[in-house]
Amino acid sequence: MSTYIIKAIQKGVLETLEMTIISSIIAYVIGLPVGVLLYVTWKGRILENRFVNIIIGAVINILRSLPFLILLVLLIPFTRWVTGSSIGTLASVVPLTVGTIPIVARMVESSLCEVQPGIIEAATSMGASPLYTILHFILPEATPSLLQGGAINMATVLGYSAMAGVIGGGGLGAIALQYGYYRYQKDVLWTAVALLILMVMVIQEAGEHIAKKNRKS
Amino acid sequence: MKNIFELEHVSKQFKNDGRECWALRDISLSIQEGEIFGIIGMSGAGKSTLVRTLNRLEEVSKGTVKFCGKDLSDLAPRELRKVRHSISMIFQSFNLLQQRTVIQNVEQPLCIAGVSKSERKRTARKMLEIVDLSDKENIYPTRLSGGQRQRVAIARALASNPKVLLCDEATSALDPKITGEILDLLKKINQEQKLTIVIITHEMAVVEKICDRVAIIDHGHLAEIGEVKEVFRSPKSKAAKKLVFPGNPFDPSRPNKKLIRIVFDGLAASEPFIANLVETTGKKVNILSANTKSVGGIGYGQMILELPELEEEQHIIVDYFSQSGLSISEVRKE
Repeated sequence: MSTYIIKAIQKGVLETLEMTIISSIIAYVIGLPVGVLLYVTWKGRILENRFVNIIIGAVINILRSLPFLILLVLLIPFTRWVTGSSIGTLASVVPLTVGTIPIVARMVESSLCEVQPGIIEAATSMGASPLYTILHFILPEATPSLLQGGAINMATVLGYSAMAGVIGGGGLGAIALQYGYYRYQKDVLWTAVALLILMVMVIQEAGEHIAKKNRKS
Repeated sequence: MKNIFELEHVSKQFKNDGRECWALRDISLSIQEGEIFGIIGMSGAGKSTLVRTLNRLEEVSKGTVKFCGKDLSDLAPRELRKVRHSISMIFQSFNLLQQRTVIQNVEQPLCIAGVSKSERKRTARKMLEIVDLSDKENIYPTRLSGGQRQRVAIARALASNPKVLLCDEATSALDPKITGEILDLLKKINQEQKLTIVIITHEMAVVEKICDRVAIIDHGHLAEIGEVKEVFRSPKSKAAKKLVFPGNPFDPSRPNKKLIRIVFDGLAASEPFIANLVETTGKKVNILSANTKSVGGIGYGQMILELPELEEEQHIIVDYFSQSGLSISEVRKE
């Protein structure tokens, strides 16, 4: 492998990490409240609201049913509007975030469902407001499960980020595509793939480890 | 004595898949300040629903629930939350935060009430002292036994300095020895802090151990209410009899023999009246089952006896018992 390819791969690793981390953070900033809202507005929960629940649920289902590659193309005008460009690492963050938000929201909802209803009843009986119950009872109780979900989500974003290479995003995916696929450089292809696998494993293991450390039960 | 809770014609309806069902029907009762009030009933009788109407975890469909003279359903959410600070609750499944230490759990109601951090710590430590768990303050609840967890829940319930403590099957997940310890603790708190306690249970043993008065709930109805001693001495409703008297698994050994139940309390419990019967009348009975217990310091017991085949002998025995002041009823296999 020539030096410029090695340099390109090094850059690719950094770009992939950049895309994954930024997209995951933004997706959680938006997806976590949406997931909480989805959970608390469900029938019989502390802020039951059928209307809100159905609307959010429907939007999430629509976004989730779109294959990421299609979403990537569909969002090009939006991406251009937000970042001023539709190619490059920063531009890929937009579709990655949009594609991850619904996944995060569902994951958060399912983590919160693991919280014992009795704990929420106890909070209510102590005179806690719904917001207090969410912040001090539901979220802390679900934290280990949320962290585990976070690791899974980050690994998914990493996988998606490789796809962003197709429409001109940077990162390892783009390198694997350009050098490995279009130029038949098998060694570059496999190096990129191996690095992606390694990164997913590191994220997953780290996530499991942090979640385990946090779980008191 | 002042009434802390007043329930008037309380009914509660649930709708399940379009089917209506009444969990509570026209219940009127009052709970006095400082007493330990028991609510007992079989599973599904509606007692858990009833206790949840006391802090409005359940809305009533009809009727009113008054706490210290105020109708709970009139309260706005903010006022209701404030009232709930003075109505604490403990649960069968403890409902402690698993991800928080013991002392953090006890501090929760104080956090909600907006008490300062140092004050919270101080109060929480005092509460843990009451329940005798001072050495466990930095441990997570999963490391504790069931009885210890319930004691943490009691400490948490007491932290907000409530007027009432509602116990929803608080001892049902615990073994008899630990149940006894928890009940002793509740009794102690009731006496030392003049705290009103409402206990929901399906176990008669709990009621007889600590309650002053008891309400018996059967299929959503209030079947009977009164002093525990009174209800034990002469249960009137069918539901009460079923709870007070254990079932009779025996059939008469011969068709003509008769089974009777005799109930005795107070003085009679200290008399050897079976021996007296044999001595005075010369007739013999067969004791099939018997038990005696102490309810509020008064000996109370019941026996199932098999009487001989001859009808006149049966008469003599029954007459002898009724003259000695025991209550008698014929029983069948249940």
